Amino acid sequence: MKILVALKQVPARDSQFRVNAAAQWIDTTDLSHEINEPDAYALESGLRLKEQHGGEVVVLCAGPESAASAIREALAKGADRAIHVQEENLPGYDSLSLAKLLAEAARAEAADLVLTGLQSDDLGSGQTGVILAELLGLPHATIIMDVEVREDGLRVKRELEDGWFQHVSLPLPAVLTIQSGSSRLRYATLMGIKKAKTKEVRAVTAAGLGVAPETGTLLERVALPDRTKQTVLLEGTPEEQAAQLVEKLKHEVRAL
Amino acid sequence: MSGILVVVEITAQGALHRMSLETLAAAQELGRPVSAAVFGAQTGDVAAQLAGYALEKVYALEHPLLDQYTADGATAAVDWLIGRLAPEMVLFPHTYQARDFAPKVATRRGRALVSDVIAIRRDQSGVVLRRQLFQGKLVGDYRPAAGLVFASLQAGAWRADALAAGSAPVEVLTPELEPGMIRQKPEAAFRESARGVDLTAAPLIVAVGRGIKEESNLVLAQELAEALGAELAASRPICDNGWLPMERQVGSSGQTVAPKLYLALGISGAIQHLVGMKGSQCIVAINKDRDAPIFEVADYGIVGDLFEVVPALIDEISRQRG
Repeated sequence: MKILVALKQVPARDSQFRVNAAAQWIDTTDLSHEINEPDAYALESGLRLKEQHGGEVVVLCAGPESAASAIREALAKGADRAIHVQEENLPGYDSLSLAKLLAEAARAEAADLVLTGLQSDDLGSGQTGVILAELLGLPHATIIMDVEVREDGLRVKRELEDGWFQHVSLPLPAVLTIQSGSSRLRYATLMGIKKAKTKEVRAVTAAGLGVAPETGTLLERVALPDRTKQTVLLEGTPEEQAAQLVEKLKHEVRAL
Repeated sequence: MSGILVVVEITAQGALHRMSLETLAAAQELGRPVSAAVFGAQTGDVAAQLAGYALEKVYALEHPLLDQYTADGATAAVDWLIGRLAPEMVLFPHTYQARDFAPKVATRRGRALVSDVIAIRRDQSGVVLRRQLFQGKLVGDYRPAAGLVFASLQAGAWRADALAAGSAPVEVLTPELEPGMIRQKPEAAFRESARGVDLTAAPLIVAVGRGIKEESNLVLAQELAEALGAELAASRPICDNGWLPMERQVGSSGQTVAPKLYLALGISGAIQHLVGMKGSQCIVAINKDRDAPIFEVADYGIVGDLFEVVPALIDEISRQRG
């Protein structure tokens, strides 16, 4: 089974974000980056399916040159090769045009299964997998916890709201978006890191794929959120903060 | 049709999804004619409920192939209606179901959906949709190019009780669907196990998040919960790690709670968590990151190291209790 895993590099979750001078994106200097966590779970699912059923795991990543470190990490964890869609201006793409970029790169691979995380930690649109499926003419299922390969396709476990789940069957080829926490993530081994250096990373560009960056939906302005609630911050040493909080809990909240 | 089409949702249990009313209220605020669309094998009860609001029309899309939700069926039905009505804007509640098919509908129309929107504003050149970025640490304003606008709206960003009552005609339509269009075969929805803990009934909740760092540190949260007489709850990553059972998870995939006190320890406040607890009467957040979105909803905040603050808090509570 040929499995394509679309993953993205994002700023580390606990970063302090500053709006850039043009107020159209963040200032990325001094930020450390990581593989988008839901995509790391998609990669994990892909690697497990390969272990069970054989085949190949191909990483597909759109991003600037610095995204090469995310690709190397994925290869070190066990992916076989990668396609890097080199694009410095990812924030200039809306959800549709970004998925077009990925779809054009994915098309020639004709994978049996395309996996991606259910959403990204930076934009959080949660749309890439679904759009990709529509553009490639493939069936899809989202927020997947578990994948079972059967003779006639897949049977997957979908997460619904409020603690409900559902099994869905669908034919291959297909696109799935994977839920975080669905399995334990592996670490790259030393051997894996060594091997990754010799694995193929094919670089392509938007122009090479015949996709022009579109701003059908323009991200016009990035800002700090308005504070709707006035949070009373309790200051001082931990002991002083604790004493103030207990005072509030006792007399205002009446929780004690 | 000029105006706004709101695609509402029927739950697996056959009821109108509560977020649908919030989305209808948001649409009414925009000052344009609003219609609702509902789809299923039988939509009678929900369509009748919708007919009691101040809407232009309720479109009830009925077809045997829509009996159980599928992404392919929902997309084909809603796309068919959009083709018939040519609305200027299509809104969805940002539910798990809408996340599964709304981007597909927009793509079929060659448009980008703006998802999980928290505010909508109109100006001379069109509409601006605000959504959160970086897990709520920043917000972004999106301006769609001229033409059909697609958006899904975040849970709790508009109030359902702002929706004006009225009387709307219901039009039952049969969308053009073929069995071959629908590739997903869904089975019945199920719950993993009976819930042993009913967090919704707890007046006091102590909840832990990623900031607790290690499973062995959970004892600290447990001690605080015991000192307060509170139930222990958690954000998703804690339950995913197996540190606490899933039944103690608060958020969109867990329980929705509104206790007298919600004390959040090391929870950053991703929206998936906030929707499950922001209705609490008093929210206290202890977190080392001043910019964490949990402080957006907290009444009281302590910016600090929970490993220093929580032991001090346990001591102080014991002292007060004598």
